[in-house]
Amino acid sequence: MLELALFYLAAGISLVSTILAVTRVNATHALIYLIISLLASAIIFYLVGAPFAAVLEVVIYAGAIMVLFVFVIMMLNLSPAGEAIEHRWLQPRMWIIPALFCTLLLAEITYMLSRGDNLLMGHMVGPKAVGLELFGPYVLAVEIASMLLLAGLVGAFHLGRRYLTELREETS
Amino acid sequence: MLNILKAIWSQLVTLVEVLRHTFSKADTVQYPEEMPYLAPRNRGRIVLTRDPDGEERCVACNLCAVACPVDCIALQKTEDEYGRWYPEFFRINFSRCIMCGMCEEACPTYAIQLTPDFEMCEYDRQNMVYEKEHLLISGEGKYPGYSFYNVAGKSIKNKDKGEARNESPPVDVRSLLP
Amino acid sequence: MPGWLIYFIIFGTIFGAFGGAAVLIWFERRLLGIWQDRLGPNRVGPLGIGLALADVIKLFAKEDWVPPFADKFVFVFAPTAIVMAMLLGFAVVPFAPGIHVIDLNIALLFFMGMTSLAVYSVMLGGLASNNKYALLGGLRSAAQMVSYEVFMGLSLMGVVMLTGSFSLVDIVNTQAEKGWFVFSQFFGFVAFMMAGIAESHRLPFDLPEAEHELVAGFHTEYSGMKFGMFMVGEYLGLILISSMICTIFFGGWLGPDFLPPIFWFTIKTFVFICFFILLRAAIPRPRYDQLMIFGWQYLLPLTLINLLVTGAVVLWL
Repeated sequence: MLELALFYLAAGISLVSTILAVTRVNATHALIYLIISLLASAIIFYLVGAPFAAVLEVVIYAGAIMVLFVFVIMMLNLSPAGEAIEHRWLQPRMWIIPALFCTLLLAEITYMLSRGDNLLMGHMVGPKAVGLELFGPYVLAVEIASMLLLAGLVGAFHLGRRYLTELREETS
Repeated sequence: MLNILKAIWSQLVTLVEVLRHTFSKADTVQYPEEMPYLAPRNRGRIVLTRDPDGEERCVACNLCAVACPVDCIALQKTEDEYGRWYPEFFRINFSRCIMCGMCEEACPTYAIQLTPDFEMCEYDRQNMVYEKEHLLISGEGKYPGYSFYNVAGKSIKNKDKGEARNESPPVDVRSLLP
Repeated sequence: MPGWLIYFIIFGTIFGAFGGAAVLIWFERRLLGIWQDRLGPNRVGPLGIGLALADVIKLFAKEDWVPPFADKFVFVFAPTAIVMAMLLGFAVVPFAPGIHVIDLNIALLFFMGMTSLAVYSVMLGGLASNNKYALLGGLRSAAQMVSYEVFMGLSLMGVVMLTGSFSLVDIVNTQAEKGWFVFSQFFGFVAFMMAGIAESHRLPFDLPEAEHELVAGFHTEYSGMKFGMFMVGEYLGLILISSMICTIFFGGWLGPDFLPPIFWFTIKTFVFICFFILLRAAIPRPRYDQLMIFGWQYLLPLTLINLLVTGAVVLWL
């Protein structure tokens, strides 16, 4: 019973903060609401028995990716003029296509829920089980992801090294 | 690689060196309980001194007030019955005074002197203004036995230079005789 | 475990952490004084310990000023985030057998999640202040924390491999059999300690505030208790990192039997707090690019090689 209440609380917070994240004109406020939404969905993950996914949501999405978003906002030097542009973009007719997509998603969720299967009845999936699954049946996906990451790493190193050598030449 | 090891070693040595200071004595002087030694020439609170006869040394020449870079000295000259000058009032505003000692250097009679006392805080700013009765001390300060009138001489009513009591005749600076 | 005991432990943890942070205000300055041949604060009460209380009263009584050019919502929200995140991090620390708020099977990851959330406090505080110095501090903290989070996670994975679990209780129990992990995972320990200092932005890695270059960095505009929350958050982070090092690498509550386990835990944590203060007293702050190069060129290969070797040992020995 308590879990159900917590679930609806977290879901409500997630929903409200996501709506707020979309409608805010101030980019910083929108990001904070997005972070709150991510944390709320992490709680939902935990409640449905996926603590590993919940913590990854916090560490990777809230803790790393959103940090980079805030970092970018810091670099952009946003001004009140930008907020005015945001205001102009938030016209009612801009909502049509997102609303269509949302309706589609809502219909999908309603269909899934109407099939029964109480979602809170899921069994606990510990980190070990996730690891066994990842390196068992899904090892191909893990390898592809790791190759992508390796490519990213090499690329970043290449860019950074060129900058460093230029810097050294300038200083010497 | 060697450089990295050297850098790590230097950091570790730093840590150990600092850690060894756990057992060294603190250099702090606990001020209100332990008074630090102040030399007699330390420039602190300003006083007005008297000559050996107990008379005020100050002759109200205003040189100190002129020398003062922050203009914190104010005095008014007046004359006694013999024609000697003395200050009618002598006022130092210590909230402006910067203890530079210019007044002491300017004083021709060693009257104004700086003392090693520096603890002169007040809750009321008005109390930082010292009048003559606060400044005047009964001693001779840093120059005991010095009396300006004995050395420099100054003619007063009815008596020329060197004729008054305890005065010696002035030195004739143009004579070559011993 | 009876029902009331868990509440007792929760309140004990919260008050212990806050009390520790308050006492650290005094203790750190006193210890710095000793190592710099000074006395440190010694006037208020016996040995000056009343200074902690006096400081708290001062912070509460100060004017709490929000600059008119600041983003008020974020400005007020930012200092609370660091205290919240750090306190939540204490939830998974096992103080002694049976004395912990919760024994999650993902405790290590939870701890990392909480330290990574603490970044927002610094970044958003710097961004909302609308001040150049604060913004620079926020930028530095973002880059620094995101980088060092990587090494923090990687340095712990060796321990996780040896234990086979993310649970801190399991990690301590494994150390009872296999010996302290500081011996088998020495490089992991070094990397974790460095990353821990960078995560709690303590000196020598306190580039987000860097008094010499950035006035006070991200908290330039903060005053009163909002500044105090940043301060408390920093000290909570210090205690949290120390207790995590003690738990993960130095056997947590394990120790000879003549003292109860919680004392061993406290003593070890205390030693690490002192060590962090020693680092602050002894080592100067690196330049920003030096910090980044140190992280990506030395710590990352070190942790990766450590991870590989540990994996090989676990697999084939």
